Amino acid sequence: MTAAAAPTAVRAPVLRSPFGRFVAESAAAGRLVVQPRMGFADLPRMRLGLERTKSAAATTVGTLTIDSYTRLGDHAAARRALDEGAGLNGYPIVSHSRATTRALLDGVRDASFPVQVRHGSSRPHHIIRALAGAGIDATEGGPVSYCLPYGRTPLRDSVRNWARACELLADTVPAPHLESFGGCMLGQLCPPSLLVAISLLEAVFFTRHGIGSVSMSYAQQAHPAQDEEAVLALRRLAAEFLPAGTDWHIVLYTYMGVFPVTEHGAGRLLEESARLAVRSGARRLIVKTAAEAHRIPTVEENVRSLEAAALAAAGATVPPAGTPAPESGIHAEARAFVTAVLDLGDDLGRSLTAAFERGHLDVPFCLHPDNAGRSRSFVDAEGLLRWSSVGSMPIRPDPGPGARAAMTSDQLMSALHGVARRFDHP
Amino acid sequence: MVLSQCELTVLVTSTRSDSHNWNLVFLQLLIEELGHRVIGLGPCVPDDLLIEECRASRPDLVVMSSVNGHGYRDGLGAITRLRREPSLAELPVVIGGKLGVTGAPDTDAALGLLDAGFTAVFDDGNVAAFREFLTLPAGRPGRERDIARRNRVTA
Repeated sequence: MTAAAAPTAVRAPVLRSPFGRFVAESAAAGRLVVQPRMGFADLPRMRLGLERTKSAAATTVGTLTIDSYTRLGDHAAARRALDEGAGLNGYPIVSHSRATTRALLDGVRDASFPVQVRHGSSRPHHIIRALAGAGIDATEGGPVSYCLPYGRTPLRDSVRNWARACELLADTVPAPHLESFGGCMLGQLCPPSLLVAISLLEAVFFTRHGIGSVSMSYAQQAHPAQDEEAVLALRRLAAEFLPAGTDWHIVLYTYMGVFPVTEHGAGRLLEESARLAVRSGARRLIVKTAAEAHRIPTVEENVRSLEAAALAAAGATVPPAGTPAPESGIHAEARAFVTAVLDLGDDLGRSLTAAFERGHLDVPFCLHPDNAGRSRSFVDAEGLLRWSSVGSMPIRPDPGPGARAAMTSDQLMSALHGVARRFDHP
Repeated sequence: MVLSQCELTVLVTSTRSDSHNWNLVFLQLLIEELGHRVIGLGPCVPDDLLIEECRASRPDLVVMSSVNGHGYRDGLGAITRLRREPSLAELPVVIGGKLGVTGAPDTDAALGLLDAGFTAVFDDGNVAAFREFLTLPAGRPGRERDIARRNRVTA
């Protein structure tokens, strides 16, 4: 190669989405990005929520969480609720006109304050069209994570819908960002290795359908050391399996299970998640509030949580380089899931469907008919989340002390409330 | 007759717009432990599917659970549709959970659900009242309404 040819060999800088760029620049400046879950049907309230999120004493991105009628594609029901002035549990982006959503964001959303649409739809076509039409470039979802635990759509259909959704997003938005919800399956009691694997596989799925900027989620579970190991495993797998040039980061969700009911308990759990994010190298944190155990939080409660999380993150210490990561086998298990799925063929959507059919992926306690339902988990005496049964998954069962073949309703309730109890009554 | 002494077929369902699972998993275990058989319909059950399933499997009781805040609204729609079906007019149907978006029980909305045809309405977390409902002698006139009203007042 001649010297003259060298400039053509220099790769063009990767076009990062505004959302991905904002998160990367914040991370480079040592700041954790914090984000609420926030959605209101009422326009002045939604606007106030965005403005207050932006002006909070924290590095923030805004959120439009979509209501559950819109999520299910029942736009008539969302419209009726709007017309009747009834309460909705989110922002009905399809029922509001593009002009309305543009006006909502005008003067709030800018390079210093990206906004993401969060929804939960296995049929996201209308939502993607609406957000693209309103000029929004960031959203979240996934073929598995927006199907299995939370609805009735057959997995096969969800995979097809999400392949099209990615392509629609890539075609209609100049530089979109897409986050996998795969680190959340059922919110709690899913052992970390499976969360890590599904999040990673969904991110790979997104890149194969044209998305160049992705984030992989992980929801805080029952034990800080186990969670730290899981996020580190996810980062290792992302570096290994995402195509070169992909812009990616990890987003942590503050505990998604039964939340502490006391102000101090909720606050401590939130702060623990912020420290976990910093320690493990997650770049964005989606917070919860003290109101979470009871109802949809207010704008003020969200702002308080954002600021408390930012404060906790600022005071947290990053382990010095070279500190050995905790290692209990999460990475190996997650890698086994990932390779088992990728080895099923070139079409990742088909492989994901086949993996669930064969029980190679099997979410514990998930009621969806396309989930084998043979795996089970438990929380051991040390608070670690473990497998009591693995069904046909390509990992070993973990029959340590405390593993039970079946859980009673009381034991399930106790496991579901374990974290809340620990933080409410230290 | 005491309900808990005979095996009932209980249909456990979410409301049409609610995607939560843990409430359904818990109810299934609880009802099975009380000696009954559960048919679980899972999350996000459209009214048509609920009615179709009620006709096909002829349950003795329908338990509807919701936590996403649309329970009053979705429950009202579901029971209104269901009670229009002559074959389902007498079927016991109860609802419970976090039914509104404010977090506070709404007594008027709950009474509206009863008037529209629900047999009982249970507040979020009031498992004791639900157990009591499943174990009290059936057939006493007004019993469900008594339990439901008491539940609203004491919750």
